[in-house]
Amino acid sequence: MRNRPAGAKRKDFRGPAVPERRLDLLGRQSPGWWRRRKAQETVFKVLMGLSLLLVVGCLTHIVATIVWKGLPALKLSMIFQTPKGGFYLGKEGGILNAILGSLTLAGGATVLALLLSLPIVLYLNVYAGRRSRTAEFTRFSFDVLWGVPSIVYGAFGFLLMVFIGLRTSLLAGIITVALLELPIMSRAMDEVVRLVPRDLTDAAYSLGATRLETAFRVVVRQTLPGLLTAVLIAFGRGIGDAASVLFTAGFTDRVPSSLLQPAATLPLAIFFQLGTPFPEVRERAYASAAVLTILILIISLVSRAAVRRYSRHTIR
Amino acid sequence: MKDSRTHISIRGLNVRHGSLRILKDITLDIPDRRITVIVGPSGCGKTTLLKSLNRLLDPSEGLQVEGQILVDGEDIYGPDVEVTHIRRKMGLLSQKPQVLPMSVFDNVAFAPRIHGLREKRELARTVEHYLRLAGLWEEVKDRLATPASQLSVGQQQRLCLARGLAAEPGIILGDEPTSALDPQSSKHVEQRLLDLKSDYTVVVVTHILRQAKRIADYIVFLYLGEVVEHGPAERVFERPRDPRTRAYLTGEIS
Repeated sequence: MRNRPAGAKRKDFRGPAVPERRLDLLGRQSPGWWRRRKAQETVFKVLMGLSLLLVVGCLTHIVATIVWKGLPALKLSMIFQTPKGGFYLGKEGGILNAILGSLTLAGGATVLALLLSLPIVLYLNVYAGRRSRTAEFTRFSFDVLWGVPSIVYGAFGFLLMVFIGLRTSLLAGIITVALLELPIMSRAMDEVVRLVPRDLTDAAYSLGATRLETAFRVVVRQTLPGLLTAVLIAFGRGIGDAASVLFTAGFTDRVPSSLLQPAATLPLAIFFQLGTPFPEVRERAYASAAVLTILILIISLVSRAAVRRYSRHTIR
Repeated sequence: MKDSRTHISIRGLNVRHGSLRILKDITLDIPDRRITVIVGPSGCGKTTLLKSLNRLLDPSEGLQVEGQILVDGEDIYGPDVEVTHIRRKMGLLSQKPQVLPMSVFDNVAFAPRIHGLREKRELARTVEHYLRLAGLWEEVKDRLATPASQLSVGQQQRLCLARGLAAEPGIILGDEPTSALDPQSSKHVEQRLLDLKSDYTVVVVTHILRQAKRIADYIVFLYLGEVVEHGPAERVFERPRDPRTRAYLTGEIS
């Protein structure tokens, strides 16, 4: 309660000067003023429309380019065969190695990142307190890590490999990409978990629930759709990244059969195919890009359906 | 009221936020198996007092608590007190009903489950019992599996009551439990509290004087963080001793 003391007068108020109201005697705004407001409205509407057009236009243009240029090479053999004649110069075969490699690599990395992210986020919001110094510092660190270029993760992952004596392999790729995904997933989860109403956690505590029970039975349940979205964002980032896997997972024509073998990935497949002197192989790069885009699209749609399925208990 | 044992006694409670004193030196005995209503203008510390009773004040937000609160003779701010044990003794009704993000059944079964009840038939019986006690069973018996958030707000508040009762507390705390409800639902909740006071100690915070008059056995008037006056409801309403209480009751301070 901060009531004005009885003696205080109006002039104590030092806010910005209140502009004169532009009303005529009948309480109508003057026509000039009205026109100005109307014009503002129109200008901003047009600007918003233009930016929407820009975003949607970019998306359609990208998809159209990929499909258009890749169409000649987009055959079933593309998806169901490994490359013939080498990934760099080969004009036959497909990119099965890269599809499977990308899926296992990004999948494994996402699981690993989830195993780290969820405990971190729950610790920050349920145990440490959402506005505690620890939480703020961790958030800041993640924001910095988010901005670190992925080639730096690749270099760091490579150093790590040398240190623990790991060769270029699926495992090394998974570890590196997990590190890349960690800040993204954690921050995205943090954003939803910190919005859990205080009253909701209080309700669980007042029933005698421990923090752990509150975290997993109430907070996770309440934020499940948001958590799934976070996982999806991280997965999308992981499967689409080329630089971090260049030195760590390497590239191969074969489908990896163990964690310790090198693995091919779609972004690198595109990178190599685009770099060849043969136009036929460059066409294949666009086909690979189309496959990657479609893959991400399918995963988005499936997980959106899953989110809808799991959000029935969420309290709004 | 001579025979009423004291369940909760507050001794010299101070709550500070930095240099701001939210509660000042509160010493109070809350009578057992009665409805105690804490009244006072908004911002006077009513909710803080209520939350301090089951240790929901968050120390990470810079709140410091001094003094003692004895529940059944045990100082709940003592060094080796199990906080979940304290909270289980008190069911809490918040201003806006806060159902848990799960089905109606699971809401009521939440506390029994975490306190170790696993047997299905026993659980179903418990849930039914407490839903009946909260006067909700007839309305929800066919939709126990629906998400609790789909109930009406009034039903949600009674569900919260059932959920709290299922933890088998001796005390029910209500933080303006009817402020988000329509008049009909408010009546319903008030009636439930009146029915329950023979078995429970009830402490309710409200800023609605008429509600206090309807349900209170004992009144605590809080003003700017201080207990100005407390006593049996009839006495306080009819012959307030402190001029500030008189001013509040006549609507001069609000």
